[in-house]
Amino acid sequence: MSGISRRRFLAGSIAGCAATTLCGAKQALAAGSFTGYPEGMGVLVDLTRCIGCRSCEAACNKEQGLPAPAKPFDDLSVFDETFHGGTQKRRTDETAYTVVNRYQPEGGGKPVYRKIQCNHCAEPACLTSCFVNAYTKTQEGAVVYNDKVCVGCRTCMVACPFNIPAFKYSSAFHAKIMKCIFCHETRLKNGRPPACVEICPQQALTFGKRRELIKMAYQRMQNEPGRYVDHLYGEKELGGTGWMYLSNVPFDQVGFDVTVQNEPILNNVKDFLGTVPMVLAIWPALFTGFHLLATKKDGHGHEDHPGGHSASGHGEEDKS
Amino acid sequence: MKPTLIHCLLGIVLCGLLSAVSSIAATEQGPGKVTINRLADLFEAVNFDHAAHVEIAGNCSTCHHHATGDGSSGGRCARCHAQSPKSAKIACSDCHEVNPFTAAQLERKADDRYQFHVDKPGLKAAYHMSCLGCHQEAGGPTGCDECHPRTEKGDDFYHSGAFAPKASATHAH
Repeated sequence: MSGISRRRFLAGSIAGCAATTLCGAKQALAAGSFTGYPEGMGVLVDLTRCIGCRSCEAACNKEQGLPAPAKPFDDLSVFDETFHGGTQKRRTDETAYTVVNRYQPEGGGKPVYRKIQCNHCAEPACLTSCFVNAYTKTQEGAVVYNDKVCVGCRTCMVACPFNIPAFKYSSAFHAKIMKCIFCHETRLKNGRPPACVEICPQQALTFGKRRELIKMAYQRMQNEPGRYVDHLYGEKELGGTGWMYLSNVPFDQVGFDVTVQNEPILNNVKDFLGTVPMVLAIWPALFTGFHLLATKKDGHGHEDHPGGHSASGHGEEDKS
Repeated sequence: MKPTLIHCLLGIVLCGLLSAVSSIAATEQGPGKVTINRLADLFEAVNFDHAAHVEIAGNCSTCHHHATGDGSSGGRCARCHAQSPKSAKIACSDCHEVNPFTAAQLERKADDRYQFHVDKPGLKAAYHMSCLGCHQEAGGPTGCDECHPRTEKGDDFYHSGAFAPKASATHAH
């Protein structure tokens, strides 16, 4: 009787595990189709309008209570600053959630300015890489961060395809990632545009529902033929970003990474990660089964003999 | 003396007369000087020499689109408004909102089927795009301070002037 129940137990547990794994895989696939909250907000950045006044940097600094800058915000010499042997322009860091850089397009023409900040992806790599869930994608469209749970592993900094999250190295004992949060706490959740959008004199930054901004961007391209390159950066890139860009010069000439995939970063590891619950659930049952099979002979040996008297084994031994 | 119905009516008639006079004057000659102070905060108000710019622009519709002038400039407006009558609203702020991104504005835009007007810039952008676009092409002043000097609050905001960072400050990079 005990053999049958063991077999039943094993069969049942394997079936159960398989069901759990399949359901898990289904859920994982469903998560891959997430393209952002329907009412999520975004910003359409029109590079043709930006004049490089750096007002957005000043507004961000004030709104977020960031440390005083090394140079005044009206000092345009910062556009000449380069790092790492001239290969890199200014980046966001623990003192600046946004920076504007100047680019000289190939073949002359007016310089083009590009603002960098968190792009607020629909399915952010920082969020999915964080094992303590320090990041949240809010339904308003912001990717916000909670330093209360952050352990300072900086995986998000590696995961972000735009190199946006910055570590607050000046306070190493209190781990904190510094990045643009779309002014979520002070503005976005109250229905107000972020500080940078509000200060922009040229409305190079247009705030609105992401889905409306996509329509608006295509209308701009249609209404003014030849003004823009035929691409809305961020509409599809990495599963869609909240901040999207229109440009009059090819995007790779103004510092954009045009090699990024259209799939969210998570999709690269989702198939692999889908096998983790399977391993965790099936392997213990499977190897318990193997173990039981391997030790079957001894266990069943006792039951094969009617009566089941305690000295039967010794009796066989004696005969041989 | 208690205000009576007659006083109120008189007041309304007077206001109507005044606005009618001012709008006629504005349509026919345009104002000589305009003080643009609706956005003055970090910067001083702009003392805009309207008369001088009428000379330079030649045609009112260069800046005022289809609201006044012959409506010919700006191909986008002319597509629908070539035959439109002159508008009673002429000032930039009559059409361009001071706060273009309020929830109410965004809702209105979502329902607006006139596509050009959905993407209408706010008042600040309308000023800057119109002024700066021309100034860049025609060699007019393009520096921020050249049209509107910064206020003390502005200096604080930009960490400039008296609020400039000390030379010893280092920037972590």
